[in-house]
Amino acid sequence: MSILVDKKTRLLVQGITGREGFFHATQMMEYGTQIVAGVTPGKGGEWVLDGKIPVFDTVVGAAETTGANCSVIFVPARFAADAILEAADGGIPLIVCITEGVPVQDMMQARSHITQHGSRLIGPNCPGVLTPGASKVGIIPGNIAIPGSIGVVSRSGTLTYEVLYALQRKELGVSTCVGIGGDPINGTSFLDVLAMFEDDPHTDQVVLIGEIGGTDEERAAEFIADHMTKPVAAFVAGMTAPADKRMGHAGAIVEGGSGLAADKIAALKSAGVRVAEHPDLIPEVVA
Amino acid sequence: MKLHEYQAKQIFSQYGIAIPRGRVASTASEAKSVAQELGGRVVVKSQVLVGGRGKAGGIRLANTPSEAEEVATQILAMQVKGLPVRKVLVDEAATIVEEIYLGVTNDRGARSPVMIASSEGGIEIEEVARIMPERLFRITIEPLLGLREYQARYLAASIELRRELWREFVGIAQGLYTAYTESDATLAEINPLVITGDGRLIALDAKMVVDDNALFRHAELAEMRDFDEEAPPEREARKYGLSYVKLDGDIGCMVNGAGLAMATMDVIKLFGGEPANFLDIGGGAGADKVAAALGIILSDSNVQAVLFNIFGGITRCDEVARGILMALKEVSTDVPMVVRLTGTNEAEGQRILAEADMLTAGSLSEAAQTAVSLANERHSV
Repeated sequence: MSILVDKKTRLLVQGITGREGFFHATQMMEYGTQIVAGVTPGKGGEWVLDGKIPVFDTVVGAAETTGANCSVIFVPARFAADAILEAADGGIPLIVCITEGVPVQDMMQARSHITQHGSRLIGPNCPGVLTPGASKVGIIPGNIAIPGSIGVVSRSGTLTYEVLYALQRKELGVSTCVGIGGDPINGTSFLDVLAMFEDDPHTDQVVLIGEIGGTDEERAAEFIADHMTKPVAAFVAGMTAPADKRMGHAGAIVEGGSGLAADKIAALKSAGVRVAEHPDLIPEVVA
Repeated sequence: MKLHEYQAKQIFSQYGIAIPRGRVASTASEAKSVAQELGGRVVVKSQVLVGGRGKAGGIRLANTPSEAEEVATQILAMQVKGLPVRKVLVDEAATIVEEIYLGVTNDRGARSPVMIASSEGGIEIEEVARIMPERLFRITIEPLLGLREYQARYLAASIELRRELWREFVGIAQGLYTAYTESDATLAEINPLVITGDGRLIALDAKMVVDDNALFRHAELAEMRDFDEEAPPEREARKYGLSYVKLDGDIGCMVNGAGLAMATMDVIKLFGGEPANFLDIGGGAGADKVAAALGIILSDSNVQAVLFNIFGGITRCDEVARGILMALKEVSTDVPMVVRLTGTNEAEGQRILAEADMLTAGSLSEAAQTAVSLANERHSV
């Protein structure tokens, strides 16, 4: 029914005793995600979430004891790269990093290392992955999507929620929603996720949510034209953003003429993608 | 965070890159005494954080110390692209035989550092990429291995640098790469790197941008921030960890998340309004941050209406609602507001807003339309 996460996902939460980690671990558990362990260095041996979830000092300890096959990271930015590396070295195949503000040089090194170790990273600075009705890994509100056959992939966080919410109001269901994150260096790209949706028998079409900066949407457009048989709809944020101003995300910089929303929209349209004028109109452009 | 030329040059020189003798000056008389110390011809360079200083007349030669004083007086009184000049760098003038380009930055596509060299230095590298891309050479650097000697040699050979300068060039390339990694830079650039009359390589200009997210481990770089180059609202926003960009319209916006903030601006425009700003309160913002953000938005006298668009995920709607009410107690204003609040802890947030009689909207489109008509009503009064 999905890509990346489903009912078989055995989740480990790195930073489970922190404010954000604890709050969202609670929400994930309420959603029905199978949380099997938490990691907080120095707090190994404790139990959290009504005494149901054991806390470990190390990822390797947690993974060996509980068979965790996915980790979600909520640790502060300065420790995030270390947490990603620890998860990869602990043998976790899927790592989802929610933390925002991770230094770029840290990410370049971490990304290179984990790629060599065969783990997949989603994020950082992302809302995570949601397979409605099955598993929520991250911070996407669970009540704004219903199960279905539309795959959603996005560089944004809250803008993704806006689109999910718009789909839900029209009773359009989602197979999996993947937030790849807004940072310039991330673990998983549009292309990776588009390829997964193309291969997923339970996904019929895809909604892609882009924004200004970089050339990820243009690359996605090429991939869609060359490799996708399933229809794709899109929204690209930042039509009104002035050139050369940094709009929050490290990724959202309009770089010397390229990276403009208009160019991205044109590239997507020429690849046969139906582009919505604003997020509320996404339901009108899905097939 | 951008560094000034004089700051970047100091850093580069710590990594063994030759720079001209010189010093920064804040007054014309100081510039004169630097010129006296240096002796001979000098170049007086405005220190502002924008490109195109030369074209704007912000870089000039002076043959004598008194001429340096005169030129510095003029440059210190000017603005470059709207930025007032507060400092000048006085450098000894070099005899330039050739100008080349060398820079290192992050390649998003390759997710690795990339080093770029060109025989066409002294003009903007984007310009080279546009008009003579065949003169531009790049190598991708494996972040765990760093820049290897053979890679730097490849660049030297590609730009047809004289062989006797290769060793020196490789040293500069490695120094630049190390400066870039050890300073957590996102860009480190020498343009031009010149070959002088006596056959040496000198960094005549230097540019460096440091990753804001890494400043926590670089106290010495964080101290280099030039607060004068930032407008007061931007400075205030940064203090609270908000990202704010002032725009020209009249509808203030407060949004959580950069993508949603941009989409909100787009939708306002679509319904005939003009956004007054981009403001992302970030993930997990509490009441105090929301209050600070509202203060910043209202400090712009153009603002005729404020639109809040909060889609709670890591941010909790009740915290935001409390922040809005807290801010309204502190800042007295008659600017009308509309709040769109949904997601995590939505019911509690809505309850708080309803008790305070705040105007609310159910969707982004509805909120944008309301904000546009609120602003128009104020204009017609």
